[in-house]
Amino acid sequence: MFKRSLFLGTVLAGMAVLATALPASKAAAQVTLRNVMHSDLKIIDPIWTTAYIQRNYGYMVYDTLFAMDEKFEVKPQMVDKHEVSADKLTYTFTLRDGLLWHDDQPVTAEDCIASIKRWGARDSMGQKLLSVVKEFQAVDAKTFKLILKEPYGLVLQSLGKPSSNVPFMMPKRVAETDPMTQISESIGSGPFMFKRDEWKPGDKAVFVKFAKYKPRAEPPSALSGGKVVKVDRVEWLAIPDHQTAANALIAGEIDYMEQPTHDLLPVLKAEKEIGIIDWNPLGNQYTFRFNTLHKPFDNEKVRQAVYYAFNQEDFLKAVVGDAAYYKLCKSMFPCGTPLESMKGTEGILESNFAKAKALLKEANYDGTPVLLMHSTDLSVLTNLAPVAADLMRKAGFTVDMQSMDWQTLVARRSKKEPPAQGGWNAFLTSWVAADILNPVMVGFLNASCEKAMFGWPCDPEIEKLRDAFAKETDPAKQKAIAEQVQARAIQYGTHIHLGQWYQPAAIRKQVVSGFLTAPAPVFWNVTKK
Amino acid sequence: MLMFVARRLLATIPVLAMVAVFVFLMLRLTPADPAAILAGDNATTEQVAQIRAKLGLDQPLLTQFAIWGGRLLHGDFGESFFFKKTVAELIAQRLEPTLALATATILLSILIAVPLGVIAAYRHETWVDRFVMALSVFGFSVPVFVIGYLLIYVFAITLGWLPVQGYRSITQGFWPFFERLILPASTLSVIYVALIARITRASMLEVMNEDYIRTARAKGLSDRVVLIRHGLRTAAIPIVTVIGIGIALLIGGVVVTESVYGIPGIGRLTVDAVLARDFPTIQAVVLLFSFVYVLVNLLIDLAYVLLDPRIRY
Repeated sequence: MFKRSLFLGTVLAGMAVLATALPASKAAAQVTLRNVMHSDLKIIDPIWTTAYIQRNYGYMVYDTLFAMDEKFEVKPQMVDKHEVSADKLTYTFTLRDGLLWHDDQPVTAEDCIASIKRWGARDSMGQKLLSVVKEFQAVDAKTFKLILKEPYGLVLQSLGKPSSNVPFMMPKRVAETDPMTQISESIGSGPFMFKRDEWKPGDKAVFVKFAKYKPRAEPPSALSGGKVVKVDRVEWLAIPDHQTAANALIAGEIDYMEQPTHDLLPVLKAEKEIGIIDWNPLGNQYTFRFNTLHKPFDNEKVRQAVYYAFNQEDFLKAVVGDAAYYKLCKSMFPCGTPLESMKGTEGILESNFAKAKALLKEANYDGTPVLLMHSTDLSVLTNLAPVAADLMRKAGFTVDMQSMDWQTLVARRSKKEPPAQGGWNAFLTSWVAADILNPVMVGFLNASCEKAMFGWPCDPEIEKLRDAFAKETDPAKQKAIAEQVQARAIQYGTHIHLGQWYQPAAIRKQVVSGFLTAPAPVFWNVTKK
Repeated sequence: MLMFVARRLLATIPVLAMVAVFVFLMLRLTPADPAAILAGDNATTEQVAQIRAKLGLDQPLLTQFAIWGGRLLHGDFGESFFFKKTVAELIAQRLEPTLALATATILLSILIAVPLGVIAAYRHETWVDRFVMALSVFGFSVPVFVIGYLLIYVFAITLGWLPVQGYRSITQGFWPFFERLILPASTLSVIYVALIARITRASMLEVMNEDYIRTARAKGLSDRVVLIRHGLRTAAIPIVTVIGIGIALLIGGVVVTESVYGIPGIGRLTVDAVLARDFPTIQAVVLLFSFVYVLVNLLIDLAYVLLDPRIRY
C-alpha cells in the first residue's frame, strides 16, 4: 500500500514538474523555418558560379553595398552615404556604423574594394564596370573612392545588381582568393550565419540569425531596407522529388517550397492550410537562342523568319498552361520594368507563316536542317523545343530535334563546331527577369563575336549601342538607347524572347508570413508562429 | 577455407581494375561537361574553359587516368568537383542512411517472405498458396514509386502516423530514426518479399517431396519440426542466394526510394553525381558497388558451408 502511494506520489510530482517546465521550454525553443529550395546547396561561393541557389545563399550570408527596391530603384544598403563628383568621375562611399563580419571583425573599406575586384573579375556587368575604373582608394576604415576613367551610367546599378552574380561583400582575406578558385570560408556580414558544421550537401544547409547584424532603419522593400530576422534558424532541406516536397508541406514537415511545379499548384491550392505566394512578380522569360556561326542561322534573314514563325502563347500554354502564371510580352526587357518597350516588335511573334516563308525564299534557304537541342529533364523547359520545332516546320524549316538532358545540352552549347560535328543551331532556355533588366545585363545581347555567350552573335552596332547605354547617365536617354538596342537585336537576330512566366512559392499560410516580393527569395522579415 | 577466401579476395583486384577503366572511359566519352555545369547558366565560354583547366579536364585522357589511378592506388578517391569535399568523406556521410534502409528492408523482407513461402508450400494448391502467389505477382508488378506515394498518402498525410520524408541518425534517438525508416523500408521490401516468398515456396516444394521428409513424418515428428528443421534448412541454399543478391542490389538500387522519401543516402549521391557529371564521385561509387557485389557473393558462398556440411572449399 505504501509502495503504491509512493509510486503515485512520484508520478504526480513528476507531472507537476513537467507541467511547470513545459511552458518554459516552449518559450526557449528555437523558431526554425524549414524550406525546400529549388536545388541543393553544393557550392558556397556565390561569385564563382552564377547558379541561383548560390545567389540565394549569398543573400542569406552576405550583404551588398547597394540593393534594388520594389520600384527597381537602387538604394544604399551597407553604404550610409555616397557622393558623386561634379565631373561624374569620382564616387565616394561611406559605410554604415557598426557593420560586423560574422567573426566579429569590423567591415572595412579595404574589404569592400577587394570584394568588388573579385566580383568584377567574374561578372559580365562587373567586368564592364572595372574596364572604366581608373582606381580604388581607401580613404579611411569606412570610406573609399571609386575613380573612373570616363563617366559611366551604371555604377550604382552594377553595385546593386540584384541577381547572378551579385556583388556580395566579403572579408578582404577571402575576397583576395583567385576568382577562378572557390572560396571555402562562409564569413559574411549578412543577416544570417551559415552553420558549416551542420551543412550536409544532399541533406540540408542550416543558417542561424546573426544577432549582431545591424539592419537599416527603413522598412524592407525587395532586396533593400531593413533586413530584420524574425526566426532563429532557417533550414534548407534537400528534397529533390517535387511530389514528396509538396506532401511534406501538406503534412507540416516544411514551411516553404520555393518552386512547386505548375501541375502541383491546383493540388496545393486545394489544401486550406497552404498558401501560394508570388514572391517574384517580375517572373522569368523564355528565350530561343540562335547559333549564328553555322548554316542556316548564319543568315540574318533566316533568323528573322523564325521571329515571324513563332508566337509566344503556344510556348507558354505548352509549358505553364494556366494563364494566371504567364504573360505575353513582346518587349525584350521584361514587361513591368523601366525599360519595357515595344520598339521594333511590330509584326513579329504572331506566327505569320507566309511572311516567314517569304523571308526564307529571299534568303535562298536550301533546307539545311536546324539542329534544335531539346532538354528533357527540366519540367519548365521540356515542352519548349517541340513547340519550336512544330512552328518552324510550318514555316518551311527542316528541323532535326535532338533530345538530351539539360547538362548534356549545357556542355554541347559551348561547342563552336558545326552541328554535324557535335555542335548545334538552336536551343531554348529561361532567364530570371532580374538578370535581363537592361542591355548590359542581358547576356544574349552581348554581340562581341568570339567573346559573346554561346551563339556568338557578332554585330558592332549592338556593341556600340550597349557601350553608349553604359556610359549614359541620364535615365531618359538610357531608355532611348535601350529601345535602339532592342530594335537592332531583333533585326540582327540575337535571340527570341518568348514571353514571361511566373513561378510562385507555396507556404503554410497559417504558420508563416512576411515573405517579401523580390527578384530572389529572401527570408528576413519572415515570421513563424 | 582460408586459402579460398584469400583467392577470392585477390580475384577482386582485376575485377575492380576493369571496372575502374570502364567507368573512367564511359564518363569521358559522354558529351556532358562538368565545367559548364559548375560555371552556371550565365557563364561565358571563356569562364567555362578556365574552370575546365582548373579541374584538369583539359589534360589528355591518358594523363587524367594516370593521375586518378595513381591516387586510387594510395586509397585516395579524389575530391568531388562540386562539393569540394573528399569523395571518401561524402560516401562516409551517405553510407549510414543507405545501410540502415537496406538492413531494415532485408530484415522485414525475410521476416515476412520466408514464413509466407513456407506456408504457401505447406498449403500447396489451396487458397492460401494462391493468395501468397497473387501477392507475389502484385509485388513484382507495381512500381516502387507508386507503392511509396500510396503509403505516404495513407500513413503520413491521411492518418498522420508517420513522417513523409527525411532521415535521422540513430544517434539522435531510436524512435526518430526508426519512424523514418518504416515507410521506405516497407516500400522497398514489397518486391523483395515477392521474390523471396516465391523462391522459398519453390525450394520448399522440391524438398518436401524428398524421402527423408517422408521418413521424418513417419517417425511421428510434428509438422512444425519437419517443416523448419528438416525442410527449411535444406531449402535454405537458394533462399540465401536470393537474399544475398538482394542485399547487393539494395545497396545500389535504393535510388527511387531514397528520392521519394528524401533520404540522403548513396543512391541519391549517385543520382546527384551523375546529373552533375561529378566524375570523381561517380567513379568511386561505381567501384564501391562493384566491391560490395564481389564481397556479398563471397559471403553467400561461405554461408553455403554453414547450411550444407557436404560443401567444402
